[in-house]
This record gives sequence, structure tokens and C-alpha cells, in this order.
Amino acid sequence: MQLQTMGAEKLSPAAPPADAAIAIDDVTLRFVTPDGHMMTAIRDFTMTVARGEFACVVGPTGCGKSTTLNLVTGLLRPTTGNVRVMGNPVTDISRDIGFVFQADALFPWRSVIDNVAAGPLFRGTPKKEAYEKARDWIGRVGLSRFEKHYPHQLSGGMRKRVALAQTFINQPKILLMDEPFSALDMQTRTAMQDELLGLWSGLKSSVVFVTHDLEEAVALADKVYVLTAGPGTVKSVYRIDLPRPRVMADIRYDPKFIEIAKVIWNDLREEVQLGQSRGLQTGH
Amino acid sequence: MTAISPTDQAAARATSIVAAEAQAKARLRKRHALVIGLRLAILVVFLGLWELCADYNIIDPFFFSSPSGIWEQIWSWVTEGTSQGPLWLQIYVTLEETFLGFVIGALGGIAAGIILGRNKLLADVFSIYIKIANSVPRVVLGSVFIIALGLGMASKVALAVVMVFFVVFANAFQGVREADRAMIANAQILGASPFQITTSVIIPSAMSWILASLHVSFGFALVGAVVGEFLGAKQGMGLLISTAQGAFNANGVFAAMIILAVMALVVEFLITRFENYVVKWRPAPFNEQGT
Repeated sequence: MQLQTMGAEKLSPAAPPADAAIAIDDVTLRFVTPDGHMMTAIRDFTMTVARGEFACVVGPTGCGKSTTLNLVTGLLRPTTGNVRVMGNPVTDISRDIGFVFQADALFPWRSVIDNVAAGPLFRGTPKKEAYEKARDWIGRVGLSRFEKHYPHQLSGGMRKRVALAQTFINQPKILLMDEPFSALDMQTRTAMQDELLGLWSGLKSSVVFVTHDLEEAVALADKVYVLTAGPGTVKSVYRIDLPRPRVMADIRYDPKFIEIAKVIWNDLREEVQLGQSRGLQTGH
Repeated sequence: MTAISPTDQAAARATSIVAAEAQAKARLRKRHALVIGLRLAILVVFLGLWELCADYNIIDPFFFSSPSGIWEQIWSWVTEGTSQGPLWLQIYVTLEETFLGFVIGALGGIAAGIILGRNKLLADVFSIYIKIANSVPRVVLGSVFIIALGLGMASKVALAVVMVFFVVFANAFQGVREADRAMIANAQILGASPFQITTSVIIPSAMSWILASLHVSFGFALVGAVVGEFLGAKQGMGLLISTAQGAFNANGVFAAMIILAVMALVVEFLITRFENYVVKWRPAPFNEQGT
């Protein structure tokens, strides 16, 4: 009860409702490694993201955080259990999904505008319309002066902005992000988080944001999923009741924010330690 | 007390920067001139020594020729024509065979590399045969082609194709395999069909590999055409060499060799131009500065 007043309400995992944007229901994923061993990536995993909700997934390295995203895209299929996106079972890569990668996934041989226009062009939008839209989205991420530049001529932060524009131009109802800002320096990361929240509030997509940075998760999310050390499963779920709009540079000094981060860190710490000691044993 | 006003300081700093820049530019120019000078000096010393050794019979010019002898041979080919017709016709015939073989072999190699690179099963099945085919000394096939296709152009083109195909294929295959996974996944989620992924992700990312192989393989195409002519032909630079060899004319062999080298250098230059045009998105490599 005390937790609720602090703004971090611990939720009990329940079977997802039918109208959720993303519903991962009791999923286990095993795969066979190249040398013939069976590996469990995640087990008994249940997660729900309501429409327009911003969910963050935190957990120790190697606990299967990225696996959950690939289940939603359909690039991976669950061994048992089922995954539903906007009420439909996942069969193929859905047009409603946008994905921002950790690594630089821009096409280096395309200029900024050609990169941003890629999505609509792939989907058969006429050239003129696609480039008009691309110009608009490049403007929204503040890169209008760099339309004709190639990715290698831009800084890391600018490349991330291009990646955001490239993803948002398709107006995805589901937005998946795999540690998108982990390679950026602190100031750039804060700026990109603000940028992301700004774009998101205009689109109201349902977001799953994977990160190993707990403070980033608390600052951005409506809901934080804490995973156990691998094979990953949901350890606990917290609702973050910090008011929006949030300003990233200020929120980390908000006493309520600090209190929430502390509570969740206590929960996460044992898993991180467990993950690290296991990593030392197996040499990963 | 004399106070230096900030504007004076700024002006002084600006002039010192201009002077430093001018100095740096002068240094660069000097170094460039030094490199060119040394290159020329080496060429002059090499040719001079060769000529002197031949003049004083330290090496036998009958076997090893001499720069002046080679030059006289080239000049007489240019002005009087060769024993098998005008020189430009020989060059034209060899270039035509080389180009045809190069284009067919390269296109075939690129297509095969992409198809096998995109299909794991085909790659696993065919990899063994490609290894075997690649380990056969392919020049020997020239004899087969002469028997099967005759003394005309077809046998030379076929040999050039075989020489080029495997080099380009191996590079295209590797390039396709090294295409970035995240980039492919990105294209897939942005909505690209498998065909669009091939054209807009796989081929551009394999392009650096393919272009690298084109440099090497043009030389191979030339070798294929010349060896083909060597084995039996009615026209071409290879036949010119083989005729000169039969007449114990070392000047002729060296002269033909130099003409072939010039042809290869010109085409190499054109390929580099083409490469720079195609991959203008790539950052300039460090070592390209100042050459």
C-alpha cells in the first residue's frame, strides 16, 4: 500500500485482456543451438501492453529482453503459448509495427531523405508522396538541413534521429525499441528521450522499450517489467504514476522518481547479481 | 604599460593561422613533388641500367631485349603494321574478347553469388562443386574451348568468362553473406518484400565486395583472352606474342607485353572511376589522401 502512494504500484501478472495492443500469454521459447543443445530463452512469460501505453522491459544481460520484441514482430515463434498483436495472432511481420534497433540499421548508401522515405516506398506509396512525407518527418526531428547527407556524415545522435523518423513515418500502432539509445552519450541520450516522448505523444502508439538502464525505464514508462536472470520470466511489474508531459533533464532529480527507482532497483539487484555470477561461471 | 586590445590579438592570431596554413600547404606540395620525382628517378635509372647493360653485352639483348629495341619494335608496329595486320586491329580484337568475357563472367558471377548467397540450401549443395571447379587450373580449359569452339572469338571469350566468373562469384557470395542482419531486419519491418530486400539491401551492401573483385578480374579476363590467342588464333595480341616467340624476337614479346600492360592500366583507371561513382556514399578511406 505504501508503494502506491510513492507512485510505483506493484501489479500482479494476470492473463491479458482481449483488447490489448500486445498480449504475450504464457509463452516459452526454446531453440536448438548450432551444436545441438536445447536452450530456453524465456519461460512462462506473460505481458500486456494496452493501446497507447508505454511499457519498458528491464533485466540483467542475457535474460531474453530482445527475444520478447522478436516475438511481437513475428521474427521468432513461441514454442508454447501465444502472442497476439491488436487482437490478432502474430503470423507475419505486421504493417502496424515499427522497430528501432540498438545497432545502426540505417542504409549507408542512401541519403537521409532516401532512408526516411524507405518505409513508404517499400509499401508502395507513390514516389512524390513518399518524399513529401519524408521531408515532413525529417523536419519534425530537426534535420531539414541534412536531407542530402549520407549517414556517415552525421553524428550518432543525428543518425538516431533519422532512425526515429524512418520508423515513425510508417505511423506504427506498435513501436518496439531495443536499447535504442544505449550507444549515445548522456546529453544526447536525454535529448533523444525527450524527442521520443514528443513524437510518441503525437502518435499514441503502444510502446515496448527494452533497456538495461533502470532510470531510463522509470523516466519513460507507464509500466515497467522486471525480468529474472535467464531463462527470463517476469519477476514483477510496476505502474509508474509520474505525471506527463515529462522533461528528461529534470525528472531524474524529482524525489518521487528517485523513490520509485530505488524500489524497483531493490527488486532488480538480485537478478543482476545472479546474472553476473552465472556469466562468470559460463564465461559469457 | 602597453595594453594589447583584444581586436589586435585576434588579428594577430588570424594572421598566424593563415601563415601556418600556407606553410602546411607548401609542405604538402613539396612532399607530393618529392614522391613524383622519386618515381621518375627510379624509372629512369631502371631503363638506363637496362639499356647500358644491353649495350655493353652484360645481358644478351637477343634474349632480354633493350628499351631502345622495344621502342623501335613498337614504332615499327605502329607505322608499318604487324605481320598479321595493323596493330590497332590486334589491340581491338583482344580488347573485344576481354570485354565480352569480363562482362559475361562478371554478370554471371554476380547473379550466381546473389542467388546462392540468399539460399542456404543451394549454397550448401553447390559449395562442394564450386570448390572443385575452382581448384581446376582453368587455363587448361583453353585447349578444350579451342577444340570445341574453333580458332575464332568464341573460344577466347569462353576462357575469359571462366577466368572471371569464379573470382566475382566468390566475392559476391561473401558480400551477400556479410550483409548486416540488423539492416535486413530493419528493411523487413519497414515493409520490404524479399525481392526489395535483395535489390535495396543485399546488392548495395555486397557492392563493395563485387567492385573489389572487378579490379582483379579484369586482369584475369585479359589473361584468358591472351592465353586463348596464344593457343590458337587468327588475330590478337596473344598471337603477336606467339609469333614473336616463334621468330626468337624478344623485342616483339616485350613490346606486346607493354602494350597489354597499358591496356590493363587504362581499364583499371576506368573501373576506379566507375567505383567512385557507384559508391560515393562511402567515407573516403584514410590512405587515399595525397595520391
